[in-house]
Amino acid sequence: MYDRNLNRRDFLKAAGALAAAGSLPLTSVELAFADPRKNFTFAYISDSHIQHIKGDKFVRNWDRGLIRAVAETNLLQPKPDFVVFGGDLAQLGSKPELDHGMEMLSKLDYKVHGVLGEHDYYLDLGEYWSKLFGDHYSSWDHKGVHFVVLNSILTHDEWTFDRWPTAEQRMSEMAGLDNPNGSPFMVGERQREWLRKDLSRLKKNTPVVVFSHSPIQKIYKGWNFWTDDAEQVQEILKGFDDVTVVYGHVHQIQYNQIGNISFHSVMATAWPWPYPQSYAQAKQYLPKLTIPMNRADPFFERDATGWQMIDMDNGRVALNYNLYDNKNRVVAFNAKSGQPEDSWYQEGERQIPPQTHY
Amino acid sequence: MKTFFAVGLAAIALVGLGIAVHADEFTKEDAARWQAEYMTRVEAGRALWVSADLGTNGVVCAQCHPNGANTHPETYPKFQQQLGRVIALREMINWCILNPLEGEPLDVQSPEMVAIEAYLAWERRGVELSPGKH
Repeated sequence: MYDRNLNRRDFLKAAGALAAAGSLPLTSVELAFADPRKNFTFAYISDSHIQHIKGDKFVRNWDRGLIRAVAETNLLQPKPDFVVFGGDLAQLGSKPELDHGMEMLSKLDYKVHGVLGEHDYYLDLGEYWSKLFGDHYSSWDHKGVHFVVLNSILTHDEWTFDRWPTAEQRMSEMAGLDNPNGSPFMVGERQREWLRKDLSRLKKNTPVVVFSHSPIQKIYKGWNFWTDDAEQVQEILKGFDDVTVVYGHVHQIQYNQIGNISFHSVMATAWPWPYPQSYAQAKQYLPKLTIPMNRADPFFERDATGWQMIDMDNGRVALNYNLYDNKNRVVAFNAKSGQPEDSWYQEGERQIPPQTHY
Repeated sequence: MKTFFAVGLAAIALVGLGIAVHADEFTKEDAARWQAEYMTRVEAGRALWVSADLGTNGVVCAQCHPNGANTHPETYPKFQQQLGRVIALREMINWCILNPLEGEPLDVQSPEMVAIEAYLAWERRGVELSPGKH
């Protein structure tokens, strides 16, 4: 196998790339389905929270998370058809943060679709973000699947426009996850009307995949693991056979099934969040279906963070969680049971002590 | 004899300052006042929890631990397996200040450390003590 024309440095580089690729999740859909046009993959990177210190200094820890996700996504084989960035590229929505994050994302070899997070939005209401990513909400068709991006992190006009003396304060009030001065997220009537119209031309059996930053379901209001008009959005999606919602914001593995709609969360590249059940004073509704990820080990900086490769299997998704310092996980729609399931941990006895959250 | 005399003088001095000299005799108002004193430390701890001043890179405790969650104050002291010894919670608080926040550890007896411990205990109120638990 040794190629004499290859110098030592190139050889080491290639070997390193192979070793890294060997630890990446492998897609299995090509074996599973007859119609290859309906089987493809895309990658999902989210919640990088690039945080400006001053001048050209940014928080190193968060930078490393995004740099690693981008580098590993570029090694995927087969190549994903596109990448989604799931929101919160910035921590406080500033131009230096968005620019620095975009510089890292620009190293991706694929087209990137952006989803707006509250940390990108509440400084200038998404103006600079639009220059980098485009519309706040949009849709497109790809290999028979209808993809929709929603801006789910809007809130009451009074909170957004009248309550805070400065844009900086508005941003920092919304940036604190547990800040009681924050406000519940919502998609809003205007966008719901747009969604209704956008979907009206589709056949009932067209697979629909929605990307939002917040969950379009209600889990815990105190940390905005919540979208206030979730039921109204679900109502619009109800008419289709196969609907999947993929969301960021929660920095942890969650999944659920409500009627025909499958819900999957994605990991953050920056830091993990505790499950709401570990806040003793909270009333929360983590979906019963969800088998939690491991509790984070703080001594491993990238533990409980990661990114996803997503298999699109005839309109339903399989999420391959690429977890940097943990065993990778796969949560896939099971056609038999009609809900997303973990490929390994669903048997009770296979769960391990770090999956207990308190 | 001298000692008795000194204690007696001290007691008189305390009475003069309005401080009770009898143990166990306090009123509901006293208890409420003391609870309020504790709550001032809880509030100071919460302010530190969301303050960039503890570190040098702008990162705050609440970024990873909203409402102090996933800090498990009821499990300390415990064997912190990554350090290989039994530690008190305050050592983990300083570990976080030193590492993710890139700051200077607090003096363990400082009012700031006490305030952070007061805040974490308050957010965890009602949870059974489970020393050593993982």
